[in-house]
Amino acid sequence: MEAFSEVEGLVATLSRDDVDTDQIIPKQFLKRTGREGYGEACFFDWRYDADGHERPEFELNHPAYRGAEILLAGRNFGCGSSREHAVWALSQMGFRVVVAPTFADIFRTNALQNGLLPLALDDSTCADLQQRAGRRDGYRLTVDLGAQEVRDREGRRAAFHLDPFWRECLLAGLDPLGMALREEEAISAFERARSPLLPTTRHRWE
Amino acid sequence: MEAQRTAYHKIWEAHHVAGDPLQRMLMYVDLHLVHEVTSPQAFSGLRAAGRRVRRPDLTLAVMDHLVPTWERTRETPDPVGREQLRQLSENCAAAGIPLLDLYHRRQGIVHVVGPELGLTQPGMTVVCGDSHTSTHGAFGALAFGIGTTEVEQVLASQCLWQAPAPTLEVRVEGQLGQGVTAKDLALGIIRKIGVAGGQGSIVEYSGDTVRGLSMEGRMTVCNMTIEAGARAGLISPDQTTVAYLEGRPAAPRGKEFAVAAERWLSFASDPEAVFDRRVHIDATQLAPFVTWGTNPSMSVPVGARIPELAQLPSGSAREAARRALDYMGLEEGTAIEDIPLDRVFIGSCTNGRLEDLRAAAAIAAGRRVSPRVRAMVVPGSGAVKRAAEEEGLDRIFRDAGFEWLEAGCSMCLGMNPDILAPGERCASTSNRNFEGRQGAGGRTHLVSPAMAAAAAVLGHFADVRQLEPADLGSAALGR
Ligand code: SF4
Repeated sequence: MEAFSEVEGLVATLSRDDVDTDQIIPKQFLKRTGREGYGEACFFDWRYDADGHERPEFELNHPAYRGAEILLAGRNFGCGSSREHAVWALSQMGFRVVVAPTFADIFRTNALQNGLLPLALDDSTCADLQQRAGRRDGYRLTVDLGAQEVRDREGRRAAFHLDPFWRECLLAGLDPLGMALREEEAISAFERARSPLLPTTRHRWE
Repeated sequence: MEAQRTAYHKIWEAHHVAGDPLQRMLMYVDLHLVHEVTSPQAFSGLRAAGRRVRRPDLTLAVMDHLVPTWERTRETPDPVGREQLRQLSENCAAAGIPLLDLYHRRQGIVHVVGPELGLTQPGMTVVCGDSHTSTHGAFGALAFGIGTTEVEQVLASQCLWQAPAPTLEVRVEGQLGQGVTAKDLALGIIRKIGVAGGQGSIVEYSGDTVRGLSMEGRMTVCNMTIEAGARAGLISPDQTTVAYLEGRPAAPRGKEFAVAAERWLSFASDPEAVFDRRVHIDATQLAPFVTWGTNPSMSVPVGARIPELAQLPSGSAREAARRALDYMGLEEGTAIEDIPLDRVFIGSCTNGRLEDLRAAAAIAAGRRVSPRVRAMVVPGSGAVKRAAEEEGLDRIFRDAGFEWLEAGCSMCLGMNPDILAPGERCASTSNRNFEGRQGAGGRTHLVSPAMAAAAAVLGHFADVRQLEPADLGSAALGR
């Protein structure tokens, strides 16, 4: 995993609740077998019309949000399907942080696995940030994972809290799989007791 | 006296491999289900790192998401999808993972197949790169969806790092009315607690209504747990669970079965177990529900009208409803029964099991699909399809003008050729009415199988309680 410590970037807003992963990356892009090339397809149906032109009414198409690295979203962001493609798409569209009052669980884990920071801030802080970034005049934020703090240039600060496990993983670029494999002995010992109780999938299924 | 524990806490403690169970622990995975769409990048990651699949014998792969529903003699038409299926075959062959491919008799939707083979058992941990893995919680298993990176982690280590979650008891009491099904219960719960109502939590469904559900009904309820945002949903194992498992291919036999059954039952929540939160649902107040919006909480009883925007709380809820009505091409205040339909889809891991098909067939029997509607029935698995055919359900559907198709996810998400055209309106027994879920621009209304059948024959929504169901015989009606 790539290490993550601090991001200073432009903030774009997507001010609606319950954005599901079907919207972030529609199904037709899930047939691919790689991890790349999803950025153009991010928010496909909201972003483009039937002829493939950008819809001007879609917030993220606003010129003032080009190059944004921080996405400010509504409650329950990333609900629905477990497709990790949604995270790949957001990252490849250029985002490094998503700020929202709450996140759907699977999305949150998927994001953390990929170094996209799902940053939960309380409703009133999010509303305040929505208002500032909604002016579309180049509002920027610094997200400092080490200090667990977001700041803007005018000196506003808000603290956040990330689970220590993930904080450590992100800051040090640790890989949860590598950490699991280091427990090889414990896994093997556990399996010796557990395996006799488990049904095998190696069956002649008829 | 030993502390009273919930089913979740018992399963949690039984799967501790390393780390701190109160903070974050390495949790063992007993069963890993794999399908074509969320696994290719996991296998390539594994290969790139030179790692092997640790427990192919605890892993089962199924082709379901993008398989076509026509006879299994023609190839998948779309080359990109075909490549994904090919990679799954290759990956499984290389790793020694059993695969139920397109041509296998037991092929079907992963969450229908696992339980019907007897692979999902009480007290187990089950994961799959698919959010509706929550279905398996019906067995008193801890089952949840994961992303592709975690699929890779489980392939390599058979473990996941997990933090303990708070618990939410959803206690349902009272008799479900005639024509009110497990699907309506699921929609009713989401209607009450909202699409984020279970966020971060493990839900346990309890109460006499839940105890009275068949395993198929329990799977329908647990399936939709993810639509309430919960991490997992489960039901404590009981005799209904044990009876369902007896004789299944992967279940133990003879004396071993009795020993296993006793162990399974020990995973039920203790009577005094304490949950972090509790919600109470009165089943007598539920009706057949129809969703009118673009998330599963936006529903009303079939006899009602779409809410007026002014009645909704101002702010984001009203804004979301306005946007949903706009997408759905509906007016506020419209009576649900006045909404005409173009398509009907009966199937999916929510409602593609035998009991669901029986309920739909009882309404379809002796009636005709409205000429304005194209209606499809897609069994959840090859086994469901054969069982339905043995009972003659296929004939009932065909005679009524429904298409009778091969098993798969089909129009639940439209990754195969079964999709809605832009603007088409569909009564669907699936679980998600998100924008474009069944095809870009398509409009999905979630209902129970019987309600879907009623909508198919009338061409608009109708209260299934006012249609006389056919008596398909005691076997076919599952009574
Ligand atoms: S039937 Fe639908 S919800 Fe179920 S696994 Fe398939 S696509 Fe997912």
